[in-house]
Parts: sequence; structure tokens; C-alpha cells
Amino acid sequence: MASLVIKDLHASIGDKPIVKGLSLTINSGEVHAIMGPNGTGKSTLAKVIAGHPDYTVTGGDVLLDGKSVLEQEADERARAGLFLAFQYPSEIPGVSIANFLRAAVQARMAEGEEIDAAAYYKRLYARMDMLKIDRKFTSRSVNEGFSGGEKKRCEILQMAILEPKFALMDETDSGLDIDALRIVSEGVNTLRGPGLGVLMITHYQRLLNYIVPDFVHVLYDGRIVKSGDKSLALELEAKGYDWVKRELAAANA
Amino acid sequence: MQPPSETLSSAADETVMENPTVGIDQTKGDFQYKVDYAFDAGTGLSEDTVRYISSVKKEAPWILEFRLNALKKFLSMPMPTHWATKDLDNIDFAKIRYYLSQGQKPKRTWDEVPDDIKKTFERLGIPEQERKFLAGVEAQFDSEAAYSNIKDIVAKQGVIFVNSTEGLREHPELFRKWFGKVIPTGDNKFSALNSAVFSGGSFIYVPKGVKVAQPLQAYFRINAENFGQFERTLIIADEGAEVTYMEGCTAPKFSTSTLHSAVVELVALKGAKIQYITVQNWANNVFNLVTKRGVAHEEAEIKWIDCNIGSRLTMKYPGVVLKGERARGEVISIALANDGQHQDTGAKMVHAANNTTSNIVAKSISVGQGRSTYRGVVHIPKHLKGCKNNTECDALLINTNSRTDTYPAITVRGDRNYVQHEASVSKVNEEMIFYMQQRGLTEGQAMSLAVNGFINDLARQFPMEYSVELKRLIDLEMEGSVG
Repeated sequence: MASLVIKDLHASIGDKPIVKGLSLTINSGEVHAIMGPNGTGKSTLAKVIAGHPDYTVTGGDVLLDGKSVLEQEADERARAGLFLAFQYPSEIPGVSIANFLRAAVQARMAEGEEIDAAAYYKRLYARMDMLKIDRKFTSRSVNEGFSGGEKKRCEILQMAILEPKFALMDETDSGLDIDALRIVSEGVNTLRGPGLGVLMITHYQRLLNYIVPDFVHVLYDGRIVKSGDKSLALELEAKGYDWVKRELAAANA
Repeated sequence: MQPPSETLSSAADETVMENPTVGIDQTKGDFQYKVDYAFDAGTGLSEDTVRYISSVKKEAPWILEFRLNALKKFLSMPMPTHWATKDLDNIDFAKIRYYLSQGQKPKRTWDEVPDDIKKTFERLGIPEQERKFLAGVEAQFDSEAAYSNIKDIVAKQGVIFVNSTEGLREHPELFRKWFGKVIPTGDNKFSALNSAVFSGGSFIYVPKGVKVAQPLQAYFRINAENFGQFERTLIIADEGAEVTYMEGCTAPKFSTSTLHSAVVELVALKGAKIQYITVQNWANNVFNLVTKRGVAHEEAEIKWIDCNIGSRLTMKYPGVVLKGERARGEVISIALANDGQHQDTGAKMVHAANNTTSNIVAKSISVGQGRSTYRGVVHIPKHLKGCKNNTECDALLINTNSRTDTYPAITVRGDRNYVQHEASVSKVNEEMIFYMQQRGLTEGQAMSLAVNGFINDLARQFPMEYSVELKRLIDLEMEGSVG
């Protein structure tokens, strides 16, 4: 069983600390939700784990299957099994989704080994059918001119093909109407299973109605301040984040 | 200026020999074999140099006269540094060797090619390519063609495919009429230089109505240091004929500069079609200053596909003179300027008849300190009607230091013509690279994919073998550009 362990992680952008001592363990098969008000470091956490060059880790560690990933470039971490579903995926003009994914699959193969094109397309189409994605979709340039919903489906399709050990889903629900949210959630639920661990980052509880988490954590000021099961999300929904802030203030007083 | 026996140092491991599976492998250009040159015009340029070249080739008196006249023009013309880069002043014409060859007759079979030269071309994949999909091949090594072959089936149709020396000597009735007419000697300083010392290049004649199904190909290889390669190509497609010609170029990396200055003239007679494809990958010490122009007669079509990768400075603006009604001209230009390189490329379209159309699509990529410049001329005089031009220039910048300039010069007189011009500049940003890296691509692979995406719509128009080749070259350039 695979594990993603975040140990007392500290990270900053420039001189500004954003993640301030965060610890969390995710095992494969588990879905963790991280919730929190805006500006508490949710998206930063995902990018730091994925290896975004803008952030500096100033303390702690991130271990994938017991091995630290902090010295690895973003692409090495990706090939080791970390997948980040972006909140705002980039456009890549002139590169079709099919070719992009093919390059990504090829990048995972040993040097000198060539991708089996027929097998690749067979697998791609099977996954697209599974996720109810139209065949024409993958001949479009990656994210170019996509609606919010199409961008997120494109992320889910990539996840389905690349089969990561751990998926970090950054505000997957942002910018989606209720139909798109349902479709994207169905996709994630389809991929959910014993081989995949998920860290879902969200501001709103509504996503968790569709993708039911095993654990819920509340992030505040760069730290996890509260953990629980899915009922915590409902409690948050009812009481608001101010409730957490007040509890914290009381504890610190 | 006696033919000396000279030994050049080997810059590469000669034990490595492998042939690529697809296309000419221009990614492996940086190597050099020792060659003994039987003919050497020495260093520097004078009347004696020109006379030496002409005598070695046993040329007719009119050709010597043509050369000497060109030399005078070259010496009298100033460098075009009032509009072009000052880097041109760094070419030291006195230090260049103007003619080097092992022999005067190209070999017709691969087995006859001298071993040292054969090794070079085998390493670059020439014989394989020929077997696979070419109608004919000419492989030029420094000044002369070392190997030249045309498939029987094509020769039987009356197609002539020879080097310039042979073309002028054996078929003066065909070639003299057009030689130096599309690009006059004094067109520019470098066309004058070429006219004085030209050697090698292809002379092609396709008879009336003959459509050559497979491409003809020339491969230009510079092997010697401080060398100037001045090939001269003339392609004539007679009425209704069709031909595709492809050229590839490489040179090893030397510490001193090398000069490549070709002249290419195309003549498409009534209803003929010529497609001319260049994929060059010069080493970054090469000054590549080439004049290319075609004349399209009534209903004829000339299309230049020009991919410029490598070199220190490339200045090249393929042009079409649309001489007959309903003639069509097209330039598809791709330029990649990496660190220390300047690609100054573009196109010229001169409309000289009614209802002529031209299309220019130029895409440039500048990486790091690399610099790309687009220069275009579109000329439609007042008395014409029904002429159309479409010009599209797109630039892609990778890393903030790179520079791109666009100088379109569109002169359209009269109100019965139609012109459209579009330009765009885009950047590959850090987020896009991170996005791709997060999917498992290395930084180099990510940049390469971004560049290939940028030129994708153009690359699709190439023959399969060449689009694969172009992609490989871009991959290699981008891999090397990651610090």
C-alpha cells in the first residue's frame, strides 16, 4: 500500500511563510478533503507537494512511499505517481489532448522504449468511454478555448490515463455549474479505488456531497487545526469558518 | 594554389556509426572525418581564385567571364549593414577557403563514393533515405557533389538532375537561358559572391507535363573549417510539370566561422508546380546568407517551405515573382533562434500580373538570447487588378531575454487588389511549463512540445519524413536550451 506523508511542512513564497507546520498522512484508497477559508494556504499546499518552482520548502518533509520527494523536480514527482488536478489548467496551443497524453505516457517509459500507439489509443478510448467523454474531445488543443467544465474533465481524463498513486485536486469544483460538478464528480468516483489516494482541496462543502471523503481537515493559517470525518464538513457548512477561528482564538488565549 | 594534400583533424569519435530509421538524421551533424582534398583554391578571394575554380571545372569562356564580372560587382558593393545586422562585418573574406574538393565527378553508385565521405553521409542517413522515398539524390561535400543519382524511371521521363558544372556544360541550351536571370548577379552582395565562386548545387529540368511523384533531394555538407560553400541551384519546370525538391544542410561545430552563401533560382513555366523544401541545421558558427527566388508564369505555382534551425546568422527571404496571370506563390517559413543565433528571415512576393495570389506564413521561435527577425516584401503595382496577398507572422518567445522584430513592407497601389496582414507574439510562460512537467515531461520536453504545438499547423503540410525530422531537430534544440 502506498502512502503520502506530509511531515511538519513549512513553505513560503519569497519571504512570506504560507504553510506553517502541516502534517498529514494519506494512504492509498483514502479520500481526504482539506477545507478552509480563502488565503489559508490550500492551493499552496498542493503546489508545494507537486514541486512548483515559485515556492520554497523551509522545513519538514514530503514522503512518497517513505521516500522524500523534495529534492525531485516536478516531472520526477509526477512520474513517481503524484498528480495535480489544477484549479486553472494551462492552455497548450497546437498540442492535442491525445498527443499531450501520449507524450506524458511516453515520458514514463524507459529510455529507448517506444509507446505502442495502437494500445495507447485503445486505452485512451476505453477511459473516455468510461468517463463519458466524446471521441472528438481529444483532438482539440489542450484546454484551448475550453469552458470551465471542459477544463476539469480534461484534468480527470489525464488522471485516468496517467493512473497516479496520489491525486491532489485543487478546487476542482471552482467555476463549475451544478451539471458540470456532477459530471466531474462522477469521473472522480469512477477512478476512486484501493490504488488511489486523493487529497481534495475545496472551499465549499457542496463538492463533498458528490465525492464523499473519508476524512475532513480544516486548514487555517498554514496548519491543520481540526480533523474529523465527513460530518465535520457538514458542521462547517452550518457554523461557518468563523467557528473554527473562534475556537482557535480561545485555545490560544 | 597547387592541389595540396591536406589532413584535417577529426572532431568526432569515428567509432560511433549509426543510421536513423526515419529521415536524414541532421541531429547528428557535429562530427568530422579526415579528408584529403585533391583540389584546393587556397585561402582568400582574388581573380586567381575565380580562374582556378573555372579551370578546374573546365568551363566555357562565357562562364569564366560571368564569374569575373560577378567578382567585380561583389568587390564594389557595400555590406548591407545600413539595414541588416552589423554582425555581417565579422565575416573575413580573406580567411575563407572558396573551393575544396576531392574530385570533379560525382559517383553514380554508392559503392564508388570514397570511404571517408561515404562514412559521413551514411552517418547522416542518406542512402537509406534514397532507398525509401526519393526519386533522386545529390550529396554535396564541401564544394562538389560526391554522389549523384536519379532513379531510372525518373530519368527515362526526361528529367535532368545534375550538378551545376555538368548542367552548364552538358545542357547549355536548357540552363543558360535562365541561369542568373531570376536572380541577377548584382541582386545583392552575396548573390554576386556566389556568382563569382559558385560550385555544386543542383540543376534540374522537368519536361512538359512530367509530374515527378517522389521528391528529389540534395544534401549539403560542410566538412572543412574556414570554408565557404557556394552552391548554385536552378530548377526549371516546363509547362504543366510538377516537382518537389528538398534540401538538408549540416556542418560540424568549428571555433571559427564558416560561410554558406547559395543562390537558388526556380522557373515554373505555364501551369507548372515547384515545391522547394529546406530543413537546415547549421552549426552555430555558420553565416548562412542565401538568395532564393522563383518566377511563376501563367497559372504556375511556386511554394517555398523554409525551416531555419541553427547557424550564427541566417539571412534568407525566399521570393516569388508572379509573372503570369493567375500565378500563385507561397512561402511557409519556420525559424528557431536559440542562444547566440539570429534568424533574419522572411519572404518576398512581387505581383507582376493580374489575378495573382500570394500567401506568406512565417512563424519564429526565439529562445534565451536568440533573436528572430521577420522581413517581408509584398509588392502589388497600381495597374494590376484582382491580386491577393495574405501575410501572417507569429512569434513565440521562450524566456524573457529573447527578441523578435517584424518588418513587413507591403506596397499595394490601386484599389482593385486585396491584402491581409496579421501578426502575433506569444510567450511560453512558467505556468505552462510547470503544467506539462506535472504530467511527467521534463522541462526540455515541455518546451519542445510547446514549440511543436506552435508550428503544428505548418508542420502538417510537410512530407511525413520531414515533419518527423523537424520535430527531432526541435526536440534536440530545446533539450539543449535548458540550463
